[in-house]
Amino acid sequence: MASEIDRTGTPLVELSDLCKAFGGINAVDHVSIDLYPGEVVGVLGHNGAGKSVLMKMLSGALSRDSGEIWVNGEKAEINSPRDARRYQIETIYQYLALADNLDAAQNLFLGREIVTPLGFVDDAKMEAETRKIMGRLTPNFRRYNTPVAGLSGGQRQSVAISRAVYFNAKILIMDEPTAALGVEETRMVAELIDELKKQGIGIFLIDHDIHQVKALCDRASVMKNGQLVGTVEVDKVTEDDLLGMIILGKKPEVAA
Amino acid sequence: MSDSTRSVSEPTRTTKRNLLATLEIDTRLLGMIGAFIAVCLVFNFLTDGRFLTPRNIFNLTIQTVSVALMATGMVFVIVTRNIDLSVGSLLATCSAIMAMMQTVVVPNVMGFGLEHPLIAPLAVIVGLAAGAVIGAFQGWLIGYLTIPAFIVTLGGLFVWRNVAWHLTNGQTIGPLDNNFQLLGGINGTLGETGSWVFGVLAVAATLYALVAARRSKVRHDFQVKPVWAEVVIGAIATVAILGFVAILNAYDIPTRRLQRSFEDQGLVMPEGYTAGYGIPYSVLLLILVALVMMMVARRTRLGRYIFATGGNPEAAQLSGINTRALTIKVFMIMGILCALSAIVASARLTFHTNDIGTLDELRVIAAAVIGGTALAGGVGTIYGAILGALIMQSLQSGMAMVGVDAPYQNIVVGIVLVLAVYVDIVYRKRTGS
Repeated sequence: MASEIDRTGTPLVELSDLCKAFGGINAVDHVSIDLYPGEVVGVLGHNGAGKSVLMKMLSGALSRDSGEIWVNGEKAEINSPRDARRYQIETIYQYLALADNLDAAQNLFLGREIVTPLGFVDDAKMEAETRKIMGRLTPNFRRYNTPVAGLSGGQRQSVAISRAVYFNAKILIMDEPTAALGVEETRMVAELIDELKKQGIGIFLIDHDIHQVKALCDRASVMKNGQLVGTVEVDKVTEDDLLGMIILGKKPEVAA
Repeated sequence: MSDSTRSVSEPTRTTKRNLLATLEIDTRLLGMIGAFIAVCLVFNFLTDGRFLTPRNIFNLTIQTVSVALMATGMVFVIVTRNIDLSVGSLLATCSAIMAMMQTVVVPNVMGFGLEHPLIAPLAVIVGLAAGAVIGAFQGWLIGYLTIPAFIVTLGGLFVWRNVAWHLTNGQTIGPLDNNFQLLGGINGTLGETGSWVFGVLAVAATLYALVAARRSKVRHDFQVKPVWAEVVIGAIATVAILGFVAILNAYDIPTRRLQRSFEDQGLVMPEGYTAGYGIPYSVLLLILVALVMMMVARRTRLGRYIFATGGNPEAAQLSGINTRALTIKVFMIMGILCALSAIVASARLTFHTNDIGTLDELRVIAAAVIGGTALAGGVGTIYGAILGALIMQSLQSGMAMVGVDAPYQNIVVGIVLVLAVYVDIVYRKRTGS
């Protein structure tokens, strides 16, 4: 991936010195990373390295113990998912974010329903909007009236991605977006990420798959035991370097 | 990104759809209605036609109201993965509060005297407020202090039953205010003309709703069912509503009672005069509550959040839904419905008794579950719960008419509950939903 990202201006997001402890264990320990418009930053690490906790502080799902979050150069007050949405931060979780018993439209608009002047939810309008946006992303999707429990992993993922796109996300957090997907669907998500980059959206990508990270990301921030090992430009390091960072916590010679 | 997928040809729509799919009728609902009709027919046969008389159908409806009211609220409670074991006791406390309002507080303490027109409204307002506050309090314990609903309401089961006892010093309180008694069933009905007017209005509203729904679909270019299917559904609804009114109107007020009411007004009853009861106010209340609850469930954000939280609490939270406040709201609704049930139940007895609402929690949960509410959360319908209550009440009164002793009745009801859930599990597996 060509990295002609302009990193001279203000970062889209700046996580500064974030800390989070659970009962004496430092899940995230003074971590600072940043993200520029049109950039994909991979957040890597073993299970329990703290990458999900770090991202959850940005998405408002977890409160932080200390540290600051800056969005577009301004200090952001993010204490709940609602706050995060106000800063146009959207999260795509692999398993958590859909209510299985609701249909695609109901999920897409969950928490942000379109209502009629009388205050009732306007299901017809929401379904029409869902058809528009999902028709763009997955043209052969038809099952608008079945609960999402009956959809395939890829279809569920497109509901989640459509939600982020529909609400004009500026900052996207993707938590292993392709973990449950087949080859074709994974390719689809990769193409989508490319398209979103072109629109100047910044993406944090949590992933385990080193190949995927090399292919999709501009930079990678590696975490181990709650601490940041380092942030590197993926084109300037080898896969072995990345693995070394993840497994040994060893920063390669060529640092970004 | 979708160049490859765009070439995929649009799957041809299956033109051959079966009748039920065309009518877009919920097959589950159909199954329940079938079960209900079967129960009615069997008992009608066993009682030599006494089960399906206007009189018995009238009684059946007013007996069902109290449990059905609470069952609509229990749907929300169970859908959000909670349970409420305290509803029968909460009903008793609300009933005790309203009984004391009517017999002591308003007439004596406030000095209005007995049978003052303000007694009933004041009692109802205080009773509803008490139900709301107690329900919200239990919801707070569950949502914010994260004590399991089972435990909170199990405690409530003990507490509120005996708070009711404390409030009344363990006495039976009554007779209750005459206006208050209007909500009990047979003591307050719409009469024949009023019932017909209501029936016609209900039909008009139903047909309007059908037309409006179709228009909305057409406006957004969604697929609509064929016109004949809409007409069939409209016709079924019309016949059902007007048939129900006709049956309740066919139950005549006893001649002696009519004579008395004429005499009360200083008139003489004309020879051969008859009048039917019509729709009881308590049944109107149930219809109103059912409509409101269905609107809440399907057309409001609150309802959407209730189902979303039941389906996936974590997803709901991540979507910015305050699930704790939601728990308070759900239990507050349950509390208000307990108070409404308390009005109907005590007005029907014309007294507040210590054992009012005993074991209602089990009937209410059973009604909701028979009606298709899944204890795992996320799934349930208001009309299903009401139908569940109706099926249970039919079983019980049917068995009573046949002469089955109460203990055996309970054995049957228990078996039916377990069986109904098993059938539901099989149904869900088959349909893959």
